[in-house]
Amino acid sequence: MTHAISRRDVLRGTGALVLAFSLSRHAFALTETGASETPLRGLPGSLDSTPLLDAWIRIEPNGNATVFTGKAELGQGIRTALMQVAAEELKLPIARLTLITADTGRTPNEGYTAASHSVQDSGTALRNAAAQVREILIGEAARRVGASASELSARDGVVIGPGGFHFGYGDLVSEQLLHVDAQPTSILTDPRDFTVMDRPVPRVDIPAKVTGGAAYVQDMRLPGMVHGRIVRPPSYGARLAALDAGPVETMPGVLKVVRDGAFLGVIAEKEWTAIQAMRRLAALARWDETAELPDEARLPDALMALPSRDTTILDVGQPVAPSYAVDGLFSRPYLAHGSIGPSCAIARMEGDALTVWTHTQGVYPLRNALATLLAMPQDKVRCIHAEGAGCYGQNGADDVGADAALLARAVPGRPVRVQWMREQEHAWEPFGPGMVAHLRAALGPDGSIAAWQHDVWSQSHMMRPGPPGTLLAARDIADPFPPAPPVDLPMPEGGGDRNAVPLYVLPNARAVNHFLPEMPLRGSSMRSLGGYLNIFAIESTMDDLAGLSGQDPVDFRLHHLADERARTVVTEAAERFGWKSRPKAPAGSGYGFAFARYKNLEAYCAIALEIAIDQDTGRTVIQRAVAAVDTGQVVNPDGVRNQIEGGIVQATSWTLFESVRFDRRRITSIDWASYPILRFAHVPRHIEVHIVGRPGLPFLGAGEAAQGPTGAAIANAVRDVTGRRLRTLPLDAATVRAAMTASSLPTHSPS
Amino acid sequence: MLLKRVFLSGIILVAAGGAAALAYAWRGAIPPIAPPAVTSFQPDEVLRGADLALIGDCRTCHTTAGGRTFAGGLAMPTPFGTIYSTNITPDPETGIGRWSLAAFTRAMREGVDREGRHLYPAFPYDHFSLTADADLKALYAFLMTRDPVVAEAPANDLPFPINLRLVLAGWKLLFFHPETYVPDPSRDAPWNRGRYLVEGFAHCGACHTPRNLMGAEVSSRAFAGGEAEGWAAFPLGPHSPSRIPWTEAALGDYLRQGWQADHGVALGPMRPVVENLAEAPAEDVAAMARYLASLGAPAATFPPLPAAAPDMSGARPQSAGWQAAIAAPGTGQPEGLRLFAAACASCHEAGRPLPLGGTDLALSTSLSADTPQNLLNVVLQGVPASDGQAAPIMPGFVSAMNDAALTALVAYLRQTVAGKPGWPDLPAAIAAARDAAIPSPHAGAAR
Amino acid sequence: MITFTVNGTQRSVTSDPDTPLLYVLRDELALNGAKFGCGLGQCGACTVLVDGEALFSCITPVMLLEGRSIRTVEGLGTVDEPGPLQAAFIAEQAAQCGYCIAGMMMRAQELLERIPDPDDDDILAALEPQLCRCGTHMRVIRAVKRAAQALAQAQALAQASEGAR
Ligand code: FES
Ligand code: FES
Repeated sequence: MTHAISRRDVLRGTGALVLAFSLSRHAFALTETGASETPLRGLPGSLDSTPLLDAWIRIEPNGNATVFTGKAELGQGIRTALMQVAAEELKLPIARLTLITADTGRTPNEGYTAASHSVQDSGTALRNAAAQVREILIGEAARRVGASASELSARDGVVIGPGGFHFGYGDLVSEQLLHVDAQPTSILTDPRDFTVMDRPVPRVDIPAKVTGGAAYVQDMRLPGMVHGRIVRPPSYGARLAALDAGPVETMPGVLKVVRDGAFLGVIAEKEWTAIQAMRRLAALARWDETAELPDEARLPDALMALPSRDTTILDVGQPVAPSYAVDGLFSRPYLAHGSIGPSCAIARMEGDALTVWTHTQGVYPLRNALATLLAMPQDKVRCIHAEGAGCYGQNGADDVGADAALLARAVPGRPVRVQWMREQEHAWEPFGPGMVAHLRAALGPDGSIAAWQHDVWSQSHMMRPGPPGTLLAARDIADPFPPAPPVDLPMPEGGGDRNAVPLYVLPNARAVNHFLPEMPLRGSSMRSLGGYLNIFAIESTMDDLAGLSGQDPVDFRLHHLADERARTVVTEAAERFGWKSRPKAPAGSGYGFAFARYKNLEAYCAIALEIAIDQDTGRTVIQRAVAAVDTGQVVNPDGVRNQIEGGIVQATSWTLFESVRFDRRRITSIDWASYPILRFAHVPRHIEVHIVGRPGLPFLGAGEAAQGPTGAAIANAVRDVTGRRLRTLPLDAATVRAAMTASSLPTHSPS
Repeated sequence: MLLKRVFLSGIILVAAGGAAALAYAWRGAIPPIAPPAVTSFQPDEVLRGADLALIGDCRTCHTTAGGRTFAGGLAMPTPFGTIYSTNITPDPETGIGRWSLAAFTRAMREGVDREGRHLYPAFPYDHFSLTADADLKALYAFLMTRDPVVAEAPANDLPFPINLRLVLAGWKLLFFHPETYVPDPSRDAPWNRGRYLVEGFAHCGACHTPRNLMGAEVSSRAFAGGEAEGWAAFPLGPHSPSRIPWTEAALGDYLRQGWQADHGVALGPMRPVVENLAEAPAEDVAAMARYLASLGAPAATFPPLPAAAPDMSGARPQSAGWQAAIAAPGTGQPEGLRLFAAACASCHEAGRPLPLGGTDLALSTSLSADTPQNLLNVVLQGVPASDGQAAPIMPGFVSAMNDAALTALVAYLRQTVAGKPGWPDLPAAIAAARDAAIPSPHAGAAR
Repeated sequence: MITFTVNGTQRSVTSDPDTPLLYVLRDELALNGAKFGCGLGQCGACTVLVDGEALFSCITPVMLLEGRSIRTVEGLGTVDEPGPLQAAFIAEQAAQCGYCIAGMMMRAQELLERIPDPDDDDILAALEPQLCRCGTHMRVIRAVKRAAQALAQAQALAQASEGAR
């Protein structure tokens, strides 16, 4: 029953997605989650697209609850947070909940688990659904005893009334009781009465992860399971020129060599055999390579020279000034998600039905893409989310799902587990795009910003399935799908232009998004999208302007901030850090500050930090970072802290070390030796996260709040130490050393 | 142990050497100065000094793992005990902030600190004595404009009587013969520049020249190979054991980029040296290569290399694996070969180019040298990840391989891959390399 | 056939002797603790203890392990009875995705057996071979310290009760 309904919703969701891919920028308010921003029914969160309460919550006869979410655990702790939300409003102990996450056979379609939307979309839906379920149960109890619902209350899975009567939830629920549409409003628990929400409930997934339980798709062992590996081309667009797979086919333990056009895979009983067979096959294949990659050393120029589709996303007052006090070109290289566990999927073809266990961020979109790829009806393909290593955006998860599906077709009935090799993940994942931002700003006589112009260049940050052409395998098979058309995510969330509109009060400002339809390197969404570079550029410029006008960087920001919540986190971070009373930094040390509200829609985050730079090596270490964050109503404060700490550390790595390397043909950063990331020696020596509580306000996602401010705060601290404004990421040791050398010279030259 | 005894008796002899030695031994203090202002130096001089500091490798010895550059405190094990490097930042109390140029020059050229104490020759003043006034002035300007760091170096840990600085005077009398650099007019300017740097600031001989029992370089055997921190510093020039003779171009590339296709990747104590040279002026490094190349090449001692494996680097699709698929040799095959196939070949036979790919072991000097020291060090310790830098990483096998396995592997590499007779005394070398590879309990954060 | 002990139990495995230990643990012995991260000895996701010393199982052919004693994170305790290190990681909530964590814990276990009271530098140095992409480092460091304290307390208690007897 519920199945049929949820399928209808599924189709609606799919329709929205396809529309979004084909319509122009402003025609449809698409978000990175693949869902529409335009309300269909005016219901809270994802209830709007899946209104039936029992699509979200079912009460078992024993009174326990099964809770469904279309979002997936990506290591961000969403499983625990959503259980807290549901438990709180259901008035049921968390131990009596079972949470089913993203599964096209069972859960609502909530698009992608992305863009820090999970608590906002699914958490809001579950909170309201749970509250309404609770009220329905209370109402049912009232009906049975002929009392008024207002006299009854629910606690610990029991509805109790004045006469001392009580009903367990299991006794109240009947087949159709919860099979009703949600209402627009719910009776929500007052934050003062929370017993589960806003508490640091320990994560439910951690015990298995620290004891060797089967926690990941990588750990699944299905009966009869075999192992697959893929041979990928050496470079984008390479064509298979010759291959004699015979020697691999006869290797002991090899079940099959799969070849469909240039899509090459091996299947073996044992994983190690599959790897050896893959290596063998790779050595036998001959390719014609055609890729013409940009000159890595001049990436910003190459990007700005590409044809662009320009959109003015902000235009107020008179943004053009006769001259600019600050005028700088900021850039970042392509960045790798770099999941520690390479992507993995298991697929099984049984009869005419395919099941794929996958750590995709979007089970429904992947399901649809696979169905098209394999020419199967959508209802014959089921994608079930199983955790992988942290992905931070679109890594190889979807691609390996397609790889596994294609291999599974070759050995019907047997589950095929495919995991990518390290070099495949590094070379083939869709990178966070290389970007350029040009900022110009002028100061007025009163020390306020008089004019502001922001131009940003970037290719698409959203090339997820949907269209089968988003999947690597779909391009290599004999009858290939065309590459998917580039998607320019529109404002207000934006893609490359995410956070390009400052939150500051600027009477004269313009921001232009130069969307690059061409994609020199494969790219898609990576944590914070364009926000990381745009915030880096804006917050660097704010600091320079503060300096030029002789104002303290924090005061200068406050002077230009009207949003009270923004002012609060800025003030909080500054106070907790001791910004005002910060001592003069010892030689080689300095302070940096930065702030942003992610997407101008999600969490507010301000970061103050102190760094120490070794003068002669340029080695930079964060001595102390203090973050203040406002995520609206907090579900799990420790979860928020974990996300912000992680965001700071990850963004430190992006900022100091990382760039995807390539020659004119191939990606050359294919492992941790060629793509170094932060190791323990560079861990910040101290991180503090202060949460500004906002009881009762809407949930705001926290997973991507810290990245932009961290990069900018580091750059501002480097400027504090060296007097040099560095605008080209990464701020690696050689770059910082050069700045230090320049600043250590006896005479004072202007920066 | 033997070394130590000989050294001690030598010292005692010298100590008895009479009044002349004593007179030589007493050096006066040079008066302290107020730390000079940064602005009292010229920028171009500071920059020149920075280059010389790189060529001189100053920061390698004067910086601890994870510590501030030039703040000293690095423990330097010597056959005679542990010496700690000093703080050469301009901190007035714990560094050289109160040193005048004259004091600095005397220390560099004569091995005597500002207070008049003799310095241990771990500080290579026997090379720095060659340096020119202008260069010392530039180096001084560079160091005196660094950020001062308060850091007291730990006291040296040396046995009596070596702990008496006075006895160093005797050592100097015997072994320290300062000279100034005299250009060779028959050679071109780059060669002369190269020789000046190699013999002077770069102090290459400090590691690559053998030392006598009292720790002094044997000048008659210059560049015949020495030792540093448990690693062999291979002979240069005519004694080089390299599989393919070094050329000037190869030396230049190696010194500048830290690797060279015919020779491999700089490891061990050579790694920081090339990291420094990578930042030094290209002409200077090229000049050093020119001089080193002129030391001569060995008469060919190797049979020609077996036909190289077909170059797969163009054809091999990197994204499917820079690791080679290696068929496991049968159990009847020698254990060393089986170990090599299982543990080494997937990287070392994969054809991924240097520096990130596995070195072609047939070309590796570590296999063809007279000592297994470096090979053992690399196999046991691996090449740890360089913090934040793109650089080769190799896992170490110290915990994985027992002595029997190591012996079999080394025998295979030495005899079959390098085509040379087995090393004598392998068990002792393995024991020593194992000692060196075991992580010390308080190693401190890696740099 | 190669025989060794895994978490105290003797096991004989039939995988080819050149198979890296990682695949023997995961494929043949169905243990999840050691993870595939790079297969190159660069990330530490596959770290296990062999005779008390941490090593990368992904590049260690099983032929080297005859008669030796292997420990994986499964050997440190169970979900129901987590060992001190596991309890410390749970208490500090020291995981995001957690994929790197089992390897981290084995490296930490080796450290604590070598240095029971590690300072920050010891911990940073010991964990240097281990990568984490989620940025869980701060919590990992805290968890290692917490485990060290717990072990010290347990030891003090044991000594006290010994003394009381
Ligand atoms: S998987 Fe073994 S070190 Fe990365
Ligand atoms: S917790 Fe995800 S990689 Fe460390």
